[in-house]
Amino acid sequence: MNMLKPERIGLEDFADQPVNICGKAFIAHKFGALYWPSERALLVSDLHLEKGSAFASRGQMLPPYDTRDTLRKLAILIDRYQPETVISLGDSLHDSAGAARMDPVDIESLHILQEDRDWIWITGNHDPKIDRALAGYVMEEVVIGGITLRHEPKTGAATHEIAGHYHPAARLVFHGTSLRRPCFVGNRLRLVMPAFGAYAGGLNILDTAFEPLFGSDGLDVWMLGHEGLYPVAPRLLRDD
Amino acid sequence: MGVTPITGRSNRSKGISRRSDGAVATERNEVWDVPRKATDKPPQKLRQTKARAKEKPRNAALVAPTPEKKSRTSKAVPASQLPPEIAAWFARRGWTPRPHQLALLEASRQRQSTLLIAPTGAGKTLAGFLPSLISIHEGKRKKTGAGLYTLYVSPLKALAADVERNLTHPIDEMGLKVRTETRTGDTSVARRQRQRVKPPHILLTTPEQVALLLSHPDAGYLFADLDTIILDELHALAASKRGDLLALDIARLRKLAPTVMTIGLSATVAHPSELRGYLVPQTEPETTTHLANVVTVKGGAKPNIKILEAENEIPWTGHTARYAMHEVYDAIRAHKLSLVFVNTRMQAEFAFQELWRINDDSLPIGLHHGSLDAAQRKKVEAAMAAGRLRAVVATSTLDLGIDWGDVDLVIHLGAPKGASRLLQRIGRANHRLDEPSEALLVPGNRFEVLECRAAQQAAEAGDQDAQLSRSGALDVLAQHVLGMACEAPFDPDALFDEVRSALPYAGLTRNQFDRTVDFVSTGGYALRSYERFAKLRADEDGRLRVANPRIAQQYRLNLGTIVDAPHLKVRLISYRGAKSGAHAGGRVLGEVEEYFAEQLTPGDTFVFSGQILRFEGIRDTEVFVTRSNSQDPTVPSYDGGKFPLSTHLARRVRDMLADPKVWSGLPNPVANWLELQTERSVMPAPDEVLIETFPRGNRHFLVAYPFEGRLAHQTLGMLLTRRLDRIGAHPIGFVANDYALAVWTHGDISSLIQNGRLSLAQLFDEDMLGDDLDAWLAESALMKRTFRLAAVIAGLIERRHPGKVKSGRQVTISTDLIYDVLRRHDPHHLLLEAAWADAATGMLDIKRLGAFLARIKDRIRHQILDRVSPLAVPVLLEIGVELVYGRDRDAVLRAAADELIREATGDEQQ
Repeated sequence: MNMLKPERIGLEDFADQPVNICGKAFIAHKFGALYWPSERALLVSDLHLEKGSAFASRGQMLPPYDTRDTLRKLAILIDRYQPETVISLGDSLHDSAGAARMDPVDIESLHILQEDRDWIWITGNHDPKIDRALAGYVMEEVVIGGITLRHEPKTGAATHEIAGHYHPAARLVFHGTSLRRPCFVGNRLRLVMPAFGAYAGGLNILDTAFEPLFGSDGLDVWMLGHEGLYPVAPRLLRDD
Repeated sequence: MGVTPITGRSNRSKGISRRSDGAVATERNEVWDVPRKATDKPPQKLRQTKARAKEKPRNAALVAPTPEKKSRTSKAVPASQLPPEIAAWFARRGWTPRPHQLALLEASRQRQSTLLIAPTGAGKTLAGFLPSLISIHEGKRKKTGAGLYTLYVSPLKALAADVERNLTHPIDEMGLKVRTETRTGDTSVARRQRQRVKPPHILLTTPEQVALLLSHPDAGYLFADLDTIILDELHALAASKRGDLLALDIARLRKLAPTVMTIGLSATVAHPSELRGYLVPQTEPETTTHLANVVTVKGGAKPNIKILEAENEIPWTGHTARYAMHEVYDAIRAHKLSLVFVNTRMQAEFAFQELWRINDDSLPIGLHHGSLDAAQRKKVEAAMAAGRLRAVVATSTLDLGIDWGDVDLVIHLGAPKGASRLLQRIGRANHRLDEPSEALLVPGNRFEVLECRAAQQAAEAGDQDAQLSRSGALDVLAQHVLGMACEAPFDPDALFDEVRSALPYAGLTRNQFDRTVDFVSTGGYALRSYERFAKLRADEDGRLRVANPRIAQQYRLNLGTIVDAPHLKVRLISYRGAKSGAHAGGRVLGEVEEYFAEQLTPGDTFVFSGQILRFEGIRDTEVFVTRSNSQDPTVPSYDGGKFPLSTHLARRVRDMLADPKVWSGLPNPVANWLELQTERSVMPAPDEVLIETFPRGNRHFLVAYPFEGRLAHQTLGMLLTRRLDRIGAHPIGFVANDYALAVWTHGDISSLIQNGRLSLAQLFDEDMLGDDLDAWLAESALMKRTFRLAAVIAGLIERRHPGKVKSGRQVTISTDLIYDVLRRHDPHHLLLEAAWADAATGMLDIKRLGAFLARIKDRIRHQILDRVSPLAVPVLLEIGVELVYGRDRDAVLRAAADELIREATGDEQQ
């Protein structure tokens, strides 16, 4: 048997994956963002901007580059998809004083990203109010094409919903190794997005918190990798 | 007595000025617990150079100290000058003080800091305490502070407790009014509080506790009377982060008690100068290394080390020595109490299991390793001390100086990996200097036969492994700087001088120091956005103080340099499928590393705590298991040799390979194997590296034999595959052991080399430690783990919050994210520098790899072969071992082994 190494495919080809919710076509990207081609909208959730400085104000001097890094990823995605609308699904700031702590350079980069497109901040539990300095529209939820975008998923078997809040992550055990990564989790009727922020942690999707959302139906899980976004069979996933 | 020159740092000029030097010749018996006749010879003369005679460096290289002959000689204290109570105590036992004990007494009367080098059983501990006992008893010291006279620091809290037992006993018998107490993490809060106000005369403690005491504002009062610091097992402590922490603490203690002297107690080491320099302040860190006085007791009888030759043929790979277990059992049966040392916890479990499998006489055999529950360990220790055990299977938890019983045989399963470790472990047997210790080495595979032989020769020659000289870690310095600010506002200039007086930090630059202070205060980032949150604030005199009291509280909770790999408790529950809390009442068996637990799937079985367990699941920080009836665990518990082969033993093994004359002394299978190698391929000269390339199956192999240990080989393998990929050789994978590494590829390496498309000299060029290494480190899990340790020690990540313990799992996640962000936005940050320095000597062994690449320049011996060579068999057998996940691993291994060996030896008619 001749075991030839497969031709290396351009990394970009793994970078996003098609995702279907209630018959609508989306593209999920390995950074943890969702693009909606028919609406030309880019969706991200749980940016947690200024989480580093929130810790620093309490004496733990985490590197102050998390906001910068999160905006850098956003810029790459805006270049890639050229969206007309960007919607951030809540917890965009780690706390309500976050905007005041933002470096002017970072505010300026945010404003550059906002040029020529609509920008919607959906409020979350960390950021019930959005500072004016961040510009854009502020809403509690948005309905587009019959799909509701909100921060915290509705409890129970809701459909037609895309939300964040839970920072879903999955742990894969395979071939004797264990990998834990943020992930998209959905059941074709609703979807929970991973946290986009540089310092955001993750909650295992096998945690009981997810049970009321999806019941025990088959889950669709896409784990975020360095080189791509990977659909994963739930039977390979484990608790923490 | 000679003095080994200190190996200086490269970034400063080197030179030695000696304060003084003393020596004591050999004597056999020992005083501490062996009766001696009063007729023994009086102590020999001490030779002593004049104190503080500083020399100028003679040349760029190291300056040898003044020859002994020129020294002024002085006599040790005669035994008759001992206080009557103590002299009477010796006399009652029919003992006389040992020469080195008197020598130390004399040195401390002259207020000279001294290193005592003596083998186990020489009465080191009493020698260290005798000067303090006498001076406290005589009451000559006047009390200006709390009245703490002597601080004893040990690397193990168990050792501190053990010494207290062995110290209070003689003190009571002598009728001295000397109070001694221990202080460790286990000491009650009330007692610790009281100790700060009303300390004993002698406090026995650990480096972490010293740092803790120094961080309180009352440290000046507490240590005002400090007269002597005794550092036990200094050889085990000095060259580590804990050693760095302790060195900084001693520098501070010298400020609080300027007349304090130090006494270091050490086993024999390759370079005593490193330890001697550790004991005294470095007043001219740029130019001169000051050394403490030294007293050396030459080792007693040479150990009697045998290498086991088993009836079964010695395997090609593995470290478990399963093939020789019957012989090991027989050896245990023939002795009173055997210590069976292994290198990893997993090996300990395996050996324990195997010995009980064949334990027809039901000999009491125990198990002791760091993951077992403390209560279980204590039970084994007590049983040992009481003489109720015949053997204990142990890891390095029993390496250091606690006496648990009358051990008459030390068995080492698998190669000891280092000459010093072997001597240390053999020292656990038979604490009488005049009787040879007995040891039995059991090689796990054919290469280990060579390695055991090398270790045996090194031990007989009394050779030690040289520890790499190291610069003090910056993460530890960061912790110390904050600690000093917690005690009192500090002047940065003064603290810089103080820090550099500690040997590990003598080479510290002002820039490094300032960046460290900046890191402590605001994180030290290029983006200066945290000034308003600064933890340190300058007062009008330029002194830095902590911004608020909460910072000091957090510091005290996070202090220390030991960051455990995240561990999970293993809890035995009664029935299967139980994952809910309702069944959580079972017994805790011990702890396993998180990474081990994470690769398990419910239903997997593994060996732990001497039994086969079935994995049921993980909940919070606990692993739930049930008892299993299965005979063979499904998950290989063995995680490889933990210690890499030492440079010194590696050189001996290379010499042995290059010298066919010594092969006849080896067991037949090994000698035949080596001879076959010279027929099929070639045996490299000691200064060469052999590289073989050959096809096998539908792949091509490159096997190199650097003998630089598993860690350096793994790093090398990573870098080689990156380079081979770029050249177009299409590497698929690699595997490494302590001796060699093998890379396999789709591309035909032999012809790539022959037609000039691949140059081995370029492939192994030192420049791989530049960009390639950097690119790989960006994604390396090992590097991330190293970074996490540095981040915790430096205080970036909190170990514990008041009132709640943060689980290791949470810490791991956040530091990985931080590492990525920091590398991208602030690649020259202090913490990355600290993590890099750790990686260079630690898990990636880059320093050693660099030395290897330099050594083999123009010394690559390349052999193109048409099939696998005999020497390559062991490393090739490692392929897949880590991933084999089947029921009967051994059968798979055996089949693979047979196949490969047939091929290598050309035995085709099978």
